[in-house]
Amino acid sequence: MKRSALALLSTLAFASSAAQAVEYNHVLAEQSQIAFGYQQMGVSMEGGFKRFSSQLRFDPAAPDAARAMIEVDLASVDTGSAEGDEELARKTWFNTPDFPSARFESTRVNALGGNQYEVAGTLTIKGTTRDVVVPATFTVAGDAGVFEGSLNIQRGDFSIGEGAWKAFDIVANDVVIRFRITAVAK
Amino acid sequence: MSAHYTATAKALHWCIAVLIFGMLGLGFYMTGLDLSPTKLQLYSWHKWAGVTVFVLGLLRLVWRLGHPPPALPQHMGALERFAARAGHLTLYVLMFAIPLSGWLMSSAKGVQTVWFGVLPLPDLLARDKALGDLLQTVHLSLNFLLMAVLAAHVGAALKHHFIDRDDVLTRMLRRRPD
Repeated sequence: MKRSALALLSTLAFASSAAQAVEYNHVLAEQSQIAFGYQQMGVSMEGGFKRFSSQLRFDPAAPDAARAMIEVDLASVDTGSAEGDEELARKTWFNTPDFPSARFESTRVNALGGNQYEVAGTLTIKGTTRDVVVPATFTVAGDAGVFEGSLNIQRGDFSIGEGAWKAFDIVANDVVIRFRITAVAK
Repeated sequence: MSAHYTATAKALHWCIAVLIFGMLGLGFYMTGLDLSPTKLQLYSWHKWAGVTVFVLGLLRLVWRLGHPPPALPQHMGALERFAARAGHLTLYVLMFAIPLSGWLMSSAKGVQTVWFGVLPLPDLLARDKALGDLLQTVHLSLNFLLMAVLAAHVGAALKHHFIDRDDVLTRMLRRRPD
């Protein structure tokens, strides 16, 4: 009895030290979401993307070595209406035939203390690349690590909405991108 | 003795009349447009006007409770009286049911209604495409009913004025100076 308790303790100790060094590197697509929000004549609108791929390497013990890449399939946009989805594929919006995906690639991860991080990187949409800094939190949920955060961009910076849509009085310039990426160690 | 409606009742009647005719035209026009900023703007205006009709309708109902309308002319038969009451009741019901169906449709389609872009109305329904499409059919059908009842309403007012030569139309208009 005593021995088995000891064995259990040492197993736990080993498990917890292993958890310290765990590298989350396999993204679970079904438990990950990328959504966006914007204002349309004072109305808060919500949308999302059904398909995106991501590669991740994150060890909470060594955030400096972390890497993240997310590629969003822009044709999978879901605005809540078929008319809106079709419109976004057009040249004036995402121009999906010429620019099928949007891409975020990290260059540096700063630990801000606690579960707060700052992920610097580049965001490329519709042929325009911009440096961005994405605030994110990291929490462990069972075997998985969950990254959550949001990034404010301005659609005008990426020529999203040209021509008649270029003015911001109907569809606002500010867009917030919200993400939840769940990864496990593999 | 005054057979006229009160000035408040008249003002509410004609404000709502102008809004409803404008809304019918706007509603049929905007739904046929291709997606554009103009279309989104017109949809917002349509929703704002719809909420306005609902609110004015409430005021009108409250006012009517304290200020009953003048009695129907003596010459009207039982059937005519019944038709007048049923028609007016239907108009009142539609004055609330149509904006309500539009509001619910908007919620089901995932677009909150924000009155004049400032005052958000609660979403009573969660986003649900099938329900949104159903409510769109309900909204449209109620408007066809409205157009039929409005045609009867206007037709009846003109019949009272030109054929019966009574005061049913004029008592809803400006008082003539004696």
